[in-house]
Amino acid sequence: MTATGRRQFIKGGLSLGCSAAAFPWLTGMTLAQVPGDNRLVVIVLRGAMDGLDVVQPYGSGVIAALRPGLPAGPESGAFDLDGYFSLHPRFGDLMPLWRAGELAFAHAVSTPYRDRRSHFDGQDMLEAGTGPDVTGPLAREGWLNRMLAGLPGTTADTAFAVGRDRMRILAGPAAVRSWSPDTALELSDPAQQLLQAVYAEDPLFRDAGAAAMELARALALGEESPGMDGMAGNAMAGVAGPGESDALASFAAARLREETRIAAFSISGWDTHKAQSRGMAPVAARLSRAILTLKAGLGPLWARTTVLAMTEFGRTVRQNGSGGTDHGTGGLLIMAGGTLRDARVHGDWPGLDEAALYDRRDLMPTADVRAYAAWVMRGAFGLDRSALESRVFPGLDMGADPGVLA
Amino acid sequence: MPAAATYAAIRFGTGLSGRHPPPAGGDALLAELDGPDRAAERFPVAGFEARRPVSAEFLLLRRAMKSGEALDRERLRSLTRQMRETARRDALSYLARGVFAADTFRERLTYFWADHFTVRARARSLRGTVTNYIEDAIRPHLAGSFGQMLTAVITHPLMIIYLDQQNSIGPGSKVGRTKGKGPNENLARELLELHSLGADGPYTQADVQQLALLLTGLTARLQSGTVFMRTRAEPGAETVLGRDYGGGRAELADIETFLADLAVHPATARNLARKLAVHFVSDTPDPSLVEHVAAAYSEGGGDLRSAYAALLEHPAAWRDFGQKAKRPQEFIVSGLRALDPPAQGFTEQKRKDAERAVFGPMARMGQKFQQPGGPDGWPEEPQAWITPQGLAARIDWAMSMPRTLLSDLPDPRGFVDRALGDAASPRLRWAAAAAQNRWEGLGVILASPDFNRR
Repeated sequence: MTATGRRQFIKGGLSLGCSAAAFPWLTGMTLAQVPGDNRLVVIVLRGAMDGLDVVQPYGSGVIAALRPGLPAGPESGAFDLDGYFSLHPRFGDLMPLWRAGELAFAHAVSTPYRDRRSHFDGQDMLEAGTGPDVTGPLAREGWLNRMLAGLPGTTADTAFAVGRDRMRILAGPAAVRSWSPDTALELSDPAQQLLQAVYAEDPLFRDAGAAAMELARALALGEESPGMDGMAGNAMAGVAGPGESDALASFAAARLREETRIAAFSISGWDTHKAQSRGMAPVAARLSRAILTLKAGLGPLWARTTVLAMTEFGRTVRQNGSGGTDHGTGGLLIMAGGTLRDARVHGDWPGLDEAALYDRRDLMPTADVRAYAAWVMRGAFGLDRSALESRVFPGLDMGADPGVLA
Repeated sequence: MPAAATYAAIRFGTGLSGRHPPPAGGDALLAELDGPDRAAERFPVAGFEARRPVSAEFLLLRRAMKSGEALDRERLRSLTRQMRETARRDALSYLARGVFAADTFRERLTYFWADHFTVRARARSLRGTVTNYIEDAIRPHLAGSFGQMLTAVITHPLMIIYLDQQNSIGPGSKVGRTKGKGPNENLARELLELHSLGADGPYTQADVQQLALLLTGLTARLQSGTVFMRTRAEPGAETVLGRDYGGGRAELADIETFLADLAVHPATARNLARKLAVHFVSDTPDPSLVEHVAAAYSEGGGDLRSAYAALLEHPAAWRDFGQKAKRPQEFIVSGLRALDPPAQGFTEQKRKDAERAVFGPMARMGQKFQQPGGPDGWPEEPQAWITPQGLAARIDWAMSMPRTLLSDLPDPRGFVDRALGDAASPRLRWAAAAAQNRWEGLGVILASPDFNRR
């Protein structure tokens, strides 16, 4: 295919999505033509992360009795955060970020999802950013996609879903990219033109094919570019196993160094129904490395980056019969990046006394996790509060600014 | 509009083949189910029970190794090798049925139910045994009673292990009282949400909790398989979905009684009917199709053949070709079926070859073989599969596999008929003829929407 032909193919594939960038809902008077320089990375922690084991309320006094097999506090090797909470020992690699004011948490947060405690419904609701009262197409879209409609000058490159997992959080009318760093595509120009012809009347294939060919070309060019550091280069190689989240993170960082402003990927494996003290180690390593890989890959742009790692719900306050924990309610939001105001455990801590628990079994949620995401989007992208509360997260009350960002 | 035989082969089977004539229509598909399982005879796969002793021995040796005890290391190495090779041969035999057999409706039903009852074999000692689980818990019941399939699945060691049932203990049982242990709700929850009533079904958290208690006692060990241990079963009756179960001396029959009731629950009928229609026909199926299938299922007391007969006699099953996209496993199986490589040696491929032709590409297309993200299995929507990376991997496979597998490449102008018959669009026929060489012509056909939709 000639350069022109290929460009037309690509353009044809993207035109659908570009028109979706509707009226920007910006605060203030500055109507920028680009979505700004700030970056947002959302990591969906699938399987329900046990927030009480990651940021441990060791100062509560009752945690040891509730969870005899899941030690908490500095005496068990965890890292003290503020005299009340400690960070699980396996997240120790993140302590330099905490000391630098680039790591924060919000405890006892949740989506509006309650009681059924299904991973699938819980993740759907987390990614849709809606409450249980919302059904239909809105509940099948993702809030990051709806948020794009509020940004000026977006293109399909503005947001990227990375990896093999389907990221509903980015699904919706606005065009976004998705790519798994281990995909290869080499086509002769004539073969590409024939495929273009057979895909022309099938929008699903036409758009996916156009994006695939453009990405394959961009990656092929990127590999030769001196601007790409070694870390990003590694992401192009075939990846699997424990290094997979590193590859996702370094690919995301490489895109975020270019036109991309928003990236999302998943880290699975948090469903620790049994032997949690063992099961936490590999997922903690994956998440820590993903965050550190983002920081390294973004370089100076880390100062403009916010990472939100969120999960569908928390886990039971009491350990179960098999050394694990079951599906719960209140959970933990992990935040990182150079944009944070300070290192802090945010939130209105409800305590762990029996009477303070949700359903007498789960951590009581005292804030909506969407409110934190909304305040971050307001701070980093200038989205206006009423748009956030009505369109991005319909029905959300953002409440007072928790002061996450500087 | 394609002929009924085209629908029968592509929508309800693993695609057209140059070697076997397509089934003529719905009656022919049902007749396949009534006849002998020739595909399984030709490509045998052992059931889980046959694999269990090796897994159990492997587990013991691994434990010995971890605790630093003396052990026969050579034996451990040889078991590891044996399990790896058995797993690969079983997986390839499982897929070979859809590639080479004459009748393939049974294969598609097997894929469907294996996905409905997703398990994963995460432990090393269980490597590859999902194939064996499917062989003994799913395949024998494909055209029989759903209640029997449900019972076979829920009492299967792999499901018990996958959903943590082996760690669930009645708090009032002997073991629960002495060790202070309690129930694990995982199996109970998925049994109601995924396997039967559906996520929007008529049950509450209290039903989940009661069912978890009813299920206590059901457990599995690699050394012994599934067992019912009364010392772990919660004493007393449990009330699930408004009915009491057990109450006498706890036994497996209490659980089986519940599963039989659950199988014929009206919400189960609706949920299964909807899932069948969504899987085979459309993500937004004609409501009358779903009602028709659900009614036949209920009238038949949970008989699956009756449900399929209702699906196949409804006009909605025979129109609007191409609303669904083949999942990667179906795509690769149907692609191989169209290409028709030599059957001999297919199941004995070396690891590297099988990785290159089948399992590596399937993972890059988004479907890591037998490793879905959760117990809800793989997504149905074409949008979940025809993504930039998913399609790139399909194109890559389509362009490279013909040359890898066949020494003598067919003419793309004939291959388009063999692979798609009257489902090929004029546009695709033109493109197949316009290709600059044979393999790109074959690649364009295999990567086309025509071939990837059903």
